[in-house]
Amino acid sequence: MISCAEAVRQLWEYIDDVVDAGERAAIETHLARCRRCCGELEFARELRRTLADAGEEDVPDDVLRRLRHTLEELER
Amino acid sequence: MDAVCAAEPHAARVALFRDVARQQLPRLYRIARRIVGDDAEDAVQDCLLKAYQHVDQLRDESAAPSWLVRILVNCCRDRLRGRARSQEDVDLDALEEFSLYRTIAYEDPFPYSDSLHLDFLAEFSIDDVRQVLLRLPELYRIPVVLVYMHEFRTREVAEMLDTPLGTVLARLHRGRKAFEQQMWRYATEHDLLREGAR
Repeated sequence: MISCAEAVRQLWEYIDDVVDAGERAAIETHLARCRRCCGELEFARELRRTLADAGEEDVPDDVLRRLRHTLEELER
Repeated sequence: MDAVCAAEPHAARVALFRDVARQQLPRLYRIARRIVGDDAEDAVQDCLLKAYQHVDQLRDESAAPSWLVRILVNCCRDRLRGRARSQEDVDLDALEEFSLYRTIAYEDPFPYSDSLHLDFLAEFSIDDVRQVLLRLPELYRIPVVLVYMHEFRTREVAEMLDTPLGTVLARLHRGRKAFEQQMWRYATEHDLLREGAR
């Protein structure tokens, strides 16, 4: 079984589904037996969600207006 | 058919560029905000001008949004190049060793909490998280923004940055670590770890 350090190092890749089948199986075997790493996994998911939420932002109307104006002006 | 034929007149490419750019403006601005902060509007203006000047490189309608983001990222990097480099110095060994999960558990900032780690995150407003992100070195911040905030695939990011996939994955890994490390530093510097701080 892989160590906690090895499992934790790959947790984000595991969440992002960019590990190969062998790595996925090794992580899942580890998680099935390690409560602390399950806690790390849940925390990594929350942290990822926190990051994604911070990417959302309303664009101010005046900014959008100026950028559209630039786009129109490019052809003149 | 998606592809713009090579024989297509220049005007058709300009029309395509204008339609795609108009539609993508909000996303371009959001990406730039996370990379260059207050210079975002200027970075998008640079991007529009540069994209227009190179509109004949636009070959495929479906690739147009990524093409624009690629140009935008380069414009953001140009703007960041003029800034101080001190924030780029990173102790990679310390970064690799750092674990926010373990640090929170060890430091136990909220001794009476039964959901310590979630309580830690709850202390951060969205604006706090954005400030933390801006502390990351550009090298790591850009892939983090593109992958975790704008859901680009790592392979697309590698193409956009003209960088091997393995390098992008390594920068993402370090970017996540740097983000965790800066979350902790920001919390201590801004007094977020005091119970009832907010």
